[in-house]
Parts: sequence; C-alpha cells; structure tokens
Amino acid sequence: MSDFAEAVYEETIRDRYRHPRFKRVLEGLPYLENPSCGDRVRISISMDDEGRIADAAFDGNGCSISMSSADMMAEHLMGKTAAEARGVVELFLGVLRGELDRDALDELGDAAAFKGIARLPVRVKCAALAWRAALAALEEEGSR
Amino acid sequence: MRRAFLRGASLQANDAVAGELKDEFPIFRTHAGSGPLVYLDSAATSQKPLAVLDAMEGVYREACANVHRAIHTLGEEATRRYESARTRTATRLGAASRREVVFTRGTTESINLLARTLGEGFSSGDEIVLSEMEHHANLVPWQQLAARRGLKLRFVPVLDSGELDLAAYERLLGKKTRLVGVTATSNVLGTVNPVRSIADLAHAAGALVLVDAAQYIPRSGAKVTELGADFLAFSAHKHYGPFGIGVLWGREALLEAMPPFMGGGDMISDVTLEGFTANELPWKFEAGTPAIAEAAGLEAALDWLDSVDPDALGGYESELAARLIAAFDEIPGVRVLGRAPGRAGIVAFTVEGVHAHDLAAWLDRSGVAVRAGQHCAHPLSRRFGDGALAVSSARASFAAYSRIADADLLASLVRRAREEA
Repeated sequence: MSDFAEAVYEETIRDRYRHPRFKRVLEGLPYLENPSCGDRVRISISMDDEGRIADAAFDGNGCSISMSSADMMAEHLMGKTAAEARGVVELFLGVLRGELDRDALDELGDAAAFKGIARLPVRVKCAALAWRAALAALEEEGSR
Repeated sequence: MRRAFLRGASLQANDAVAGELKDEFPIFRTHAGSGPLVYLDSAATSQKPLAVLDAMEGVYREACANVHRAIHTLGEEATRRYESARTRTATRLGAASRREVVFTRGTTESINLLARTLGEGFSSGDEIVLSEMEHHANLVPWQQLAARRGLKLRFVPVLDSGELDLAAYERLLGKKTRLVGVTATSNVLGTVNPVRSIADLAHAAGALVLVDAAQYIPRSGAKVTELGADFLAFSAHKHYGPFGIGVLWGREALLEAMPPFMGGGDMISDVTLEGFTANELPWKFEAGTPAIAEAAGLEAALDWLDSVDPDALGGYESELAARLIAAFDEIPGVRVLGRAPGRAGIVAFTVEGVHAHDLAAWLDRSGVAVRAGQHCAHPLSRRFGDGALAVSSARASFAAYSRIADADLLASLVRRAREEA
C-alpha cells in the first residue's frame, strides 16, 4: 500500500473514531471485551417486519481501531437480512484472520481502511471486536 | 575494565555509561524496524547483551548434548555448563546450597510448580493471601488451586499511592493463612514492596512466603534469605537473559518435603513398570531435557548484570523514571499510575483523549516501543479504572541501555499526542 493510501485510510479511521454515527448508550446489553487492552463493545440490532435490520448501534470504550470499526460495521448492517449481515461479518473477520485476500475489503467501503490492520496481529483483535460481538447479536436475534 | 554504573554519580554520568553499554546490545544495530530503536518495554523483556547470545550459541557450537545422561565428552561438557549456571545462580541469590535452585521455564512456571506441589498439601478452608497488584502469573495458579482444594484467597488492597495497605494486610493474616504471595516490584505501578516486613508478619502468623521477583533487581551481595522469603520466582529474560528459563528458589527443607511436579526423565532415580522413585533435589523438579543453552545464557546474564553494578543500575533506572514523571506532570491530561516513593524504573500512564493502544501505535512510528493495555494485571487495572471500566495504560520501562534522551523523547511525543488529540 502506498503511503498516500495509508494516510487516507488513517484519516477515515480517525474521522469515524471522533465522529461516530452509530454510537449511543445501550443500557443492559452485555459487553464483549478484549482482555489484553480492556476495550469493550456492545451491539444492538433490531429487525423490521420484513426481516431486515432496521437499526444497528454500538456502545463501548476503546481505541480508534476498535471504535471506528464498530461504527463502520453498524453502517454496513443497516438494511441487511440476518443472513446477508452474517455474510458481511464473516467476510470481514475472514480477512482479519488472514483466510481471505485483503482486497476483499474493497467491497466494504470505509471498512477497506482496515486492510493495513490485517497485517498487524496485535491490532487485528481491536478491529475484530465489534464484528465478533455482532455475530453473537445476530445469533441472539435468530433464536428469538 | 569495562564501564559500570556509578553509585551517587549524576544522572548524566550514568547516562554516558548507558551509552557505552548500549553498544553491547546487537538489537540496536540489527532490529526489524527502520530508524533508531528507542526501546522502553524492558519490563516486558529486556534486550540481550552479546555475552548472553554468545554463551547460548557456545553451547550449540561446542557442547550440544543432553545433560546428566551421556558418558561422552560432549555430554559431560553440556552438563558442566548447565550445572555451572545453577551454582552461579545459587551464589548470586545467596542460597544455602545449589540444591535450592530449580530451573523452570520462567516465573509463571515456577509459581505453577509451587501451586501444584506445596499447594496440594493445603486443606479446605486454608487461606492464601495475595495482593491486588499481582501479575496474572501470581493470581491464576492460586485461583486454580483454590478451586481444586477449597481454599480461600484474600487480597491485600492497593492504596491510591500505589503502595500496599499494610494495615489491612495485618488484619488479613490469621491461623488459617498458609501462604503469602507478593510481588517484590509491581510491573505496572513500579512500586517496590517492603517484602521483608511483609514476610516477617507472615512468618509470625505461621505462613510461608512466596516472592514474585520477576521485576526485581536484587542488590549485589544481598542474600535471598535476607528478603525473608521461603520461595522466590523469576525469569531470566527480564534480566538480560534468554527466554525459556527461570528459577524457583526455595528453602531446602520445604522443597525436600514437596512432591515432584511433572513426571518424566531426569526427575527420577529409579523407575519400574509399577512406579518410580523421585530424584534428589533439585532434579526432582526438572522433568525432561532442560533448557541447556538458556541456562548458560542465564549465567552470562548474571555475570553481565553484576559487572555493571546492579545497585547503581537500579538507582539510575529510578532516576530516569523520576525525570519522565516530572516531565509528564508538566503536561495537562497525563496521569501517572502510582506514586510510591522509591519506585523502580517502570512508569504506567494515561493520556486524556488518546487511547493507550493508539498512543503506542503512534509512538512506534517514531521508533519508540512502549507497552499498552492492562499489563497482565486486570484486577489492578480495574482498581485504577473508572467504575467497572478497567484503565488501559501505556507503560514505559527502563534498563541498562536506556538513555536520558529516550525519556525526554517519550515526554515530548506524549505532549504532542496530547496537544493534537
């Protein structure tokens, strides 16, 4: 990746960290925690009558990577069916685990900013936190 | 004669010594990053001087054979080097004999060994006293033991100053206390605990004392018995030695009474199909082929540490920490965790508006390596956190190759991070 691309990606991450669009207080939901740094996030997903995600939001404390990642994820989940949402989440986590090519993130808009992170094992956990929480939330939603 | 740190000398004079010693650490010439490396993560692991690398390579080049078995020359030489490291360690610790020095993989294994041997002799209702500032290595093995044996764990609280609440400690001790386990130096707060007083009180209550010395630099000439400990655990890799080897020191009579830990070769004197007779000390606790090259590395590390005057080095590290803290105190929004007097060269801190992970990643761009997170001490991070939210902090730690300029660079970068956040 060029220095320029990295700089653009970084700006995206910084912007989403400072001005999250999908962050609000979510009382009563359980947190998913990253034990090495103490970052924590919780996700709320609600479906409409047609089985599409009408609202996605997150709440938590953490570094710019974990929080901006959560914000971008919430944006991606909006309007998707549970199966589609799961597909997106699996794609993102697959790239972070190194199982899928990093370019696969290109179809995820802003989340392509995490291409560089996929090479940094320590920060992968930060970027993956919200998406792992979303898998659990989707499962919960599916069992309802 | 090579340079050593000087007692009572100025910070600048010792900084010059550190500058010369730094040349003995190949990492600063051959590290993986670009640009000069400013390594401020020595509490996680110290860098290794050439003498240590040479000692390990020497085993592989000149004496690669198994120990305690071979009748051939190579095997004898490997055994000689391995056991020489034990003798050197025993002398350095002021142990009563070399039989008291058990080689393990590190502090964590040393404490697990103790929990799995000594600890199995504890009975339901017995109590173990630990502190809130313990590293997970001195918490989890005891939690596991407590679950197995029905024991009660009690914890000495940490004051806001970063010191242990010794009045509360005295109240925790009682007839049921079997063991007190405490760190000599906090890996987060840098607090150096009054181990001798803690041990005396424990002994008066009839309890044994384990000292976690992972972060502790023993004074040269100090005897481990003067600390008042019954057991002491440390890793070579935090004291200029290699990964993969550490020590459990214990009083001989106690070690003698403990059952073996892992089973296998070397820890036995005889085996039949039905059973075995345990080997004598210290090999009773050393199953399998040990870390022979690493033992030679440990010996070289102890030699190296003693050659630079560890007492003066400890003083130099503390002064660097004091300088860094003074600079941090000038920056609004920077909070240092713990303010214990006489602290070690460890400074954990938070920067308002900048998450510790982001700060560490950003500092890394300037070649500055610090630790960030909860430092394997979640309970302590919660203690210094905000309600249920644990504090995630950055941590700078100093060693013999640390320079004044390293501390100053960190302070100026933190100031910039704070201003630009």
